[in-house]
Amino acid sequence: MRKKQWLYYLPYILWIILFVLAPVALIVYQSFFDINGQATLANYATYFQSGTYLKMTLNSLWYAFLITLITLLFSYPTAYWLHQTKHKQLWLLLIILPTWINLLLKAYAFIGIFSQDGAINHFLGWFGIGPQQILFTNFSFLVVATYIEIPFMILPIFNSLEELNPSLVNASRDLGASNWQTFTKVILPLTMAGVKAGIQAIFIPSLSLFMLTRLIGGNRVITLGTAIEEHFLTTMNWGMGSTIGVVLIVAMGLIMLMTGEQKAKKKVTNK
Amino acid sequence: MKKVKWQNVWLVGIFILLYAPIFYLIFYSFSSGDNMNGFRSFTWANYQALFVDKRMIEIVLQTLLIAILSSLCATIVGTFGALGIYETKHRRVRNMVLALNNILMVSPDVIIGASFLIFFTFLGLGLGFGSVLLSHIAFSIPIVVLMILPKLNEMRPALVDAARDLGATDWQVLSKVILPYISSGIFAGFFMAFTYSLDDFAVTFFVTGNGFETLSVEIYSRARQGISLEINALSALMFVFSLILVAGYYLLNQRNQAQKARRKRKAGA
Repeated sequence: MRKKQWLYYLPYILWIILFVLAPVALIVYQSFFDINGQATLANYATYFQSGTYLKMTLNSLWYAFLITLITLLFSYPTAYWLHQTKHKQLWLLLIILPTWINLLLKAYAFIGIFSQDGAINHFLGWFGIGPQQILFTNFSFLVVATYIEIPFMILPIFNSLEELNPSLVNASRDLGASNWQTFTKVILPLTMAGVKAGIQAIFIPSLSLFMLTRLIGGNRVITLGTAIEEHFLTTMNWGMGSTIGVVLIVAMGLIMLMTGEQKAKKKVTNK
Repeated sequence: MKKVKWQNVWLVGIFILLYAPIFYLIFYSFSSGDNMNGFRSFTWANYQALFVDKRMIEIVLQTLLIAILSSLCATIVGTFGALGIYETKHRRVRNMVLALNNILMVSPDVIIGASFLIFFTFLGLGLGFGSVLLSHIAFSIPIVVLMILPKLNEMRPALVDAARDLGATDWQVLSKVILPYISSGIFAGFFMAFTYSLDDFAVTFFVTGNGFETLSVEIYSRARQGISLEINALSALMFVFSLILVAGYYLLNQRNQAQKARRKRKAGA
């Protein structure tokens, strides 16, 4: 009987081996080969020695940081006030709805909005500010990336606010805390799990938004993702691309550690 | 009183920001000009162009086919995977499998795409329909598992024990007790897998060869060439389609919940 059960799980186990473990192993393996298929450490040497790759990585991390920060600044108040509205589930649904629209279409919309005689420049024209180059700048990349990521930050924060026991807030008020004190000493610390989940959900993808850097950033902003895409699909230097991929995986692991560990700790102390 | 107003102003502002680009696109899909600057006159021409664009229709059908097939396969594999994780009593093994399950959930799309590309090339598989389908199945499985597991955990083990005591075979326990109980999770998983597949661009972009394209890849290559209002028309249709999908999903979900509540009340009475 047990043998028969194994048969049911076999596809799932195969999936783990073939599509989770093997690809990661292969990308690490590939990173030790140069463009001619020779085993080498040169890719890592190039990565760490030529300043361009390190600069690109820092640049990518910096933009991901900015995107996450701006998104957080917009999302926290939105989640907080959304939580207090009457039909909050309906409003939340409306916040999530745009995420069901293809990302490429949203980026495409901004190509129109930001273009030389698009809506924004038209608007600026009323104030006598002549047409500005907005599309293909760092600014436009930041705006569009933030726009796309906002719902993914609102959702976890909203959920953590839902889990927050309202009597804690009432207790804090009864004990004489001001609104600000209640917020900083009670609400914010207790919703940190949601904030961290949001950071995790945004920072990592922000490192790899290559389609936005191509469509909106005009190849000025080079992220880790853009570099990987270029090495794999344009210059066909898979070894170097994999090396950057390994860097991205390491960065991802670090971020998971930084945002995940404390959550686990909190769970233990709460119980 | 005043405070409430400020909050609402903020929320309304956020909603406008979120929806303005989408409606901007849809608005210009009815313009007769050839760019998104200044509305010319109302026309259906962009939609008509879309409906006679054979290549576009073919791509839409391919995208839907991939989405349906991949979400079906992912749901089947994921359901059994979730059952497997649920039945694993060994705690460390279980946590390890869960961690492995989540790797694809948190990996950036480029990493998934690049590593799958190496994988398919390594196996000597040609790129095209097959590689795209396999990739979509692969990245949809973890979400299906994550949708089903909570349902399994919430099920009382006594239910299964009772069925066994009454002489049900393994298959009967599965098909008459467990699957009906977790059906809403399976359905949610299927739905998520479907939308994941429809939305995906990055992974598909890596593993699709020259011959095969999905809608996202097509939009990307057209958007790189500049603005064509046909894409606006397409985005309007896709917006309506996702509205219908989401609405349908919520209605079905609501009905399921209502049914469940009714059953509970009956059982209680």
